[in-house]
Amino acid sequence: MAVETIASTVSASTDFGPAVALSCRECAERFPLGPIFACEVCFGPLEVAYEFPSGDPEGLRKRIEAGPHSIWRYAPLLPVPADVASKPNLDPGFTKLVKADRLARELGVTGALHVKDDSGNPTHSFKDRVVAIAVEAARNFGLTTLSCSSTGNLAGAVGAAAVRAGFRSCVFIPHDLEAGKVVMAAVYGGELVGIEGTYDDVNRFCSELIGDPLGEGWGFTNVNLRPYYGEGSKTLAYEICEQLGWRLPDNIVIPVASGSQLTKIDKGLQELVKLGLVEDKQYRIYGAQAEGCSPVSTAFRAGHDVVRPQKPNTIAKSLAIGNPADGPYVLDIARRTGGAVEDVNDEQIVDAIKLLARTEGIFAETAGGVTIGVLKKLIETGQLDPAAETVAINTGDGLKTLDAVAPTTGPTAIIRPTLDSFREAGLA
Amino acid sequence: MSVNVRIPTILRTYTGGQAEVTAEGSTLSEVIASLEKNHPGISARVLDDQGKLRRFVNVYVNDDDVRFDNGLETATPDGSGVSIIPAVAGG
Repeated sequence: MAVETIASTVSASTDFGPAVALSCRECAERFPLGPIFACEVCFGPLEVAYEFPSGDPEGLRKRIEAGPHSIWRYAPLLPVPADVASKPNLDPGFTKLVKADRLARELGVTGALHVKDDSGNPTHSFKDRVVAIAVEAARNFGLTTLSCSSTGNLAGAVGAAAVRAGFRSCVFIPHDLEAGKVVMAAVYGGELVGIEGTYDDVNRFCSELIGDPLGEGWGFTNVNLRPYYGEGSKTLAYEICEQLGWRLPDNIVIPVASGSQLTKIDKGLQELVKLGLVEDKQYRIYGAQAEGCSPVSTAFRAGHDVVRPQKPNTIAKSLAIGNPADGPYVLDIARRTGGAVEDVNDEQIVDAIKLLARTEGIFAETAGGVTIGVLKKLIETGQLDPAAETVAINTGDGLKTLDAVAPTTGPTAIIRPTLDSFREAGLA
Repeated sequence: MSVNVRIPTILRTYTGGQAEVTAEGSTLSEVIASLEKNHPGISARVLDDQGKLRRFVNVYVNDDDVRFDNGLETATPDGSGVSIIPAVAGG
């Protein structure tokens, strides 16, 4: 019955490549591909189900390697048409996997340590990956306005992608975000609306808007297009494994806001194993939160399998989601793989941003500081094996959150333009 | 106690397509029972087999998430607005 009801309200899809349906992660009820996000039976989140070609992993690997240097090289594994690379999109992805030897030495890591640096995306955060997929879904469904509820990075990614792909955009953010993120979201010329409240209030507003005639024809990347949008995070898993020479790392440390990215990276790793693109072996997934918004790490430590919402209070605003929808799945995955979910306080976040910058030349935003700070804590507390191969994900650029480090970062000295002055400052 | 309840799209098959309905009750639990009386089947969509709020359902009384309050026992004063919203995320 559920399928018939949904089918009657949704435009027919055109081309979603290997995607065949939406499937409820909770109760497994299936629905036709459409701009819907919650299961009609149990309210569970819907995710994309695929029928992948099987039997020729070597051929698939070669096809991927011959593809464009963007996420579209993985088009055979995504809900997009085969000719997606020819459509106007920001073409994100294939960012650097940096071998972080100097950081490893500082942290006492004896195995290989890598930083997947997603600040190299078009709008300088991993959000370009997820938005790129949502844009193609919006195009398929004939939607005309792109929108989102955002803690900042997503708003910028949607604004830029909308312009490139020819959509109107109207995005919603908490009114008190970092100036850098507000400017980055506004500069692309779409409408940017500040909401008086937290991210969770913004999210609630958008959920109500999508159910109202006012929201007709709108594609909210992280609401009604969320099943497609989320799939973009799988490309982080694909790239990491390909860049490691088509193999799984031992550990991955991932920041957790809603938990979507972590769950999709796990999904991507599982798909690579099933398709025979990498050899199966144990890997551990670790989630990283800020202490001031730590509903998932708190639940992990308490042994709970549900997440109690919190009111966020942290400098890591891009992770400040107090009621994380995918929190229970993060707990499941961390426990299933033998990983953990940890948190660090604001001071540790700033220290970690500086640590990554001074060891590897990578300037991370606060979320990246959370990841590196948690990596350090996991090693110090014996929760992560320093002899194993670890990948930590930096999801965004430090230029977006200058306020976090500006009070404690500045010139070593201000001097007159003379050699004497230079000498007197003790810099010679 | 009469309250206005906003119904999400996926539950409007139970309310004849209405996005907002009225219900009676001084607590959320009573409001859901009242909804069930007028729109049979809706309660089982919002509550699980143990009678608890499903984990992917968010309910707000006025502007407050009931999980920060008393859950199903949260008071619903006369004239309150109750919103039932599927949990979503992003950032």
